[in-house]
Amino acid sequence: MAILVVNGAEKSFNGDEDMPLLWYLRDELGLTGTKFGCGVAQCGACTVHLDGTAVRACVTPMAAALGTTVTTIEGLSPDGSHPVQVAWRDLNVSQCGYCQPGQIMQAASLLKDNPKPTDEDIDSTMSGNICRCGTYPRIRAAIKQASTGGR
Amino acid sequence: MPNHNELELKVANVSRRGFLTGIAAGSLVLAIGLPSGANAQEQKFGADGMPNGWRDDPKIFVSISPDGLVTVTCHRQEMGQGVRTSIAMVVADELDADWSKVRVAQAQGDEARYGNQDTDGSRSLRHFFMPMRRAGAAARTMLEQAAAAQWGVPVQEVRAREHAVLHERTGRRLDYGALATAAASQPVPTRETFKLKDPSAFRYIGKDRIGLVDNQDITTGKAVYGIDARTDGMLYAVVARPPVFGGRVRSVDDAETLRIPGVVRVVQIAPPNIPSEFQPLGGVAVVARNTWAAMQGRDKLKIVWDDGPHASYSSDTYRAELEAAARKPAKVVRRHGDVDAAMAKSAKRVEAEYYIPHLTQAPMEPPAALVQIKDGKCEAWACVQAPQATRTRLSERLGIPEENVTVNVTLLGGGFGRKSKPDFVLEAGLISQTMGGTPVKVTWTREDDLHHGYYHTVSVERLEAGLDERGMPVAWLQRSAAPTIGSIFAPDPKHELPFELGMGLVNAPFAVPNVRMENPEATAHTRIGWFRSVSNVPHAFAIQSFVAELAHAAGRDPKDYLLDLIGPARIIDPTEIGDAWNHGEDPKLYPIDTGRLRQVIESAAAGIGWGRSLPQGHGLGIAGHYSFVSYVAVAAEVRVDGDRLVIPRVDIAIDCGPRINPDRIRSQMEGAVVMGVGLATTSEISFKNGRVEQNNFDSYEVTRIDTTPREIHVHLVASHDYGQPLGGVGEPGLPPVAPALANALFAATGKRIRQLPIRDQFLA
Repeated sequence: MAILVVNGAEKSFNGDEDMPLLWYLRDELGLTGTKFGCGVAQCGACTVHLDGTAVRACVTPMAAALGTTVTTIEGLSPDGSHPVQVAWRDLNVSQCGYCQPGQIMQAASLLKDNPKPTDEDIDSTMSGNICRCGTYPRIRAAIKQASTGGR
Repeated sequence: MPNHNELELKVANVSRRGFLTGIAAGSLVLAIGLPSGANAQEQKFGADGMPNGWRDDPKIFVSISPDGLVTVTCHRQEMGQGVRTSIAMVVADELDADWSKVRVAQAQGDEARYGNQDTDGSRSLRHFFMPMRRAGAAARTMLEQAAAAQWGVPVQEVRAREHAVLHERTGRRLDYGALATAAASQPVPTRETFKLKDPSAFRYIGKDRIGLVDNQDITTGKAVYGIDARTDGMLYAVVARPPVFGGRVRSVDDAETLRIPGVVRVVQIAPPNIPSEFQPLGGVAVVARNTWAAMQGRDKLKIVWDDGPHASYSSDTYRAELEAAARKPAKVVRRHGDVDAAMAKSAKRVEAEYYIPHLTQAPMEPPAALVQIKDGKCEAWACVQAPQATRTRLSERLGIPEENVTVNVTLLGGGFGRKSKPDFVLEAGLISQTMGGTPVKVTWTREDDLHHGYYHTVSVERLEAGLDERGMPVAWLQRSAAPTIGSIFAPDPKHELPFELGMGLVNAPFAVPNVRMENPEATAHTRIGWFRSVSNVPHAFAIQSFVAELAHAAGRDPKDYLLDLIGPARIIDPTEIGDAWNHGEDPKLYPIDTGRLRQVIESAAAGIGWGRSLPQGHGLGIAGHYSFVSYVAVAAEVRVDGDRLVIPRVDIAIDCGPRINPDRIRSQMEGAVVMGVGLATTSEISFKNGRVEQNNFDSYEVTRIDTTPREIHVHLVASHDYGQPLGGVGEPGLPPVAPALANALFAATGKRIRQLPIRDQFLA
């Protein structure tokens, strides 16, 4: 029985270690905030933090997730108060909202590594996260807002 | 229908078994029905022309609990357009509710109760603004009646304000929560007896005060989409579908599949009859204990397919067929004057052909649905644009009476027309039925979504114009060749339907004396479906590109030329130019106002600084288009940087008539520009041997943040007359984007783009 920590809670796993983390989170743990969009690390909808680093859960096998600490959108903050989440709401970034957990997890990771990203930093770091509704202008603005702590 | 004087307090669990959050379960509901005759006004206006019309009964749409919480039921589906917020804003405004005490419940699929629910055609607010205003105003009036009765004063002396009813003379005040129970016993006022707010008193409508109702859930991962639906004992399925439309299983060997741990069963789904409408494509389903096992099991299936009649469908040869059809005389769909005579006498002739390939909606949430059948009753949870159609088709296909079929609508992770077709819900229903009713969730992978879609049509538009000495057209001949959406509903139709022709083709509002438009035959070899803006996309691309080509031939500024071609501000009766359809309404109700089209063009042009001097390699382009009763213009700046097309700035201006939720109008315009950039520059679905060649987002390329214009400026052209018809918002932003970009690229490079996607054509 192997162990991993998901959003602060210890979880055990004894299934197929080739299974991507995405399906463990969604189907086994019911953490459906992490989304399926492509299955091949092309869209970023499944972005989670693995030991603090943004990864695509759809191509992260359980074998690589075991023994690590996983944070999903449900665990980014206790009450949705992470500055990125707050900025997302302030600017009404979302349209359908489906890709936004992945966008938020990627943006939180970006700001942790690079608290004052340039436009180019934002574009290059966020370019793996697709939004079909086209919320990118507001994603840029929300990341800027979160980075400055202002409105 | 209940007697409308009948007291009917009922406890309704509107929480939909916890699928939607933020709604007080077990709240007391204002529940009195209007007599059915009250809905029988015979005027084909708004949603009148759609199946099941509209309702404005406050007891269907508004409930108030004793703690003062107002729940507005939204019967239109949320797919990113903001409708749950906007519908609630309208009701809350007329109700004079405090927005912080307003919640939204999502209606199930039930058009007998709610009126038309098909969320398409950019018409949720267009068709339901007035019914929702009346529902809110009637509920407010019932609260006032209840307060007046309690105080023993004439109702004229009391008034509702900010979630309470006041009696100014005596200073008395009762909150809505305190009045909720008594209000429910008040008669629902007839439409003639209550007053709608004067628009000057609107607190939410037309204002930018309201955030999205689903903001908290979305940003914390709690929002529930179809793919997220869960219930006890559920199994997970993926389906191997025929790689060619119309194909079927010849044989299947599932031995290896059944050896995959977690795989429970393999189930065949019968192929549909043609036309297949919303029916599943058939194939082989693998049912498992989780999605991963189902996917693994599907990979191990050994299926021999009979590809059927469309196995030779290939996009390159099909394009040649469309081009050949467009070069011959064809069925005339609009005729004005004598094009041949005027063409023969013209000083100069210009012709061009434009091509747009198939596209697919590719919503970020692929199709997915959960269905269970228990005690003879079917219950579905699904991301569907058309929940009543879903319910009806489930009933028919499963042989379960419709009253025993429940369709719970989740949030939609994007729709763009794909989720108007419930084929994926029927798959889940059929598999569940085969499994004895076990709850089964079907998930489409991205490959499934790209390979088995309802595609945007593929089109060739051929245009020919004869110009006079001033360079203005005296003759306009256009042939529009594209397989029709009608092909999913009827056996092998060859022509576009009136609703497709009216999407920016026959109703092009130009001041040209001789016009002939023709629609050559085209055969569909795959499923053709609605894609955001539908036929407006090819029509606007061709026409707005061609106008810029004519301007160039005339040696004129493209914007000035476009305005001259539109001509002076005037009102055009759509029926006089062959525009025969507007969601069942009389098109005469929506005259085309060329003055409004001119104004959005001027607005976009002013925004981008039309005419300013540009660095070498930069160019500006412009396009304007009328669709879904709204006027939109796009002005774009592009530059070529090495082998890259860069878009520094886009200005988009919309006149959608009176505005409900300005922030969501802006967001839809921003999104339309982003999606438009993708379809203009990179997106293409192509077929070879009947099979789609693209597999995932690596080959079906859509706009990413690093290809998004650096600046997008939205200009809302003011209209404060709430007596005017509303225009649509979700779709009309898209059509002018591609031609504006192509025109800008021509200005920058001299290279004229006549086929999409642009890719690197500017390098040639």
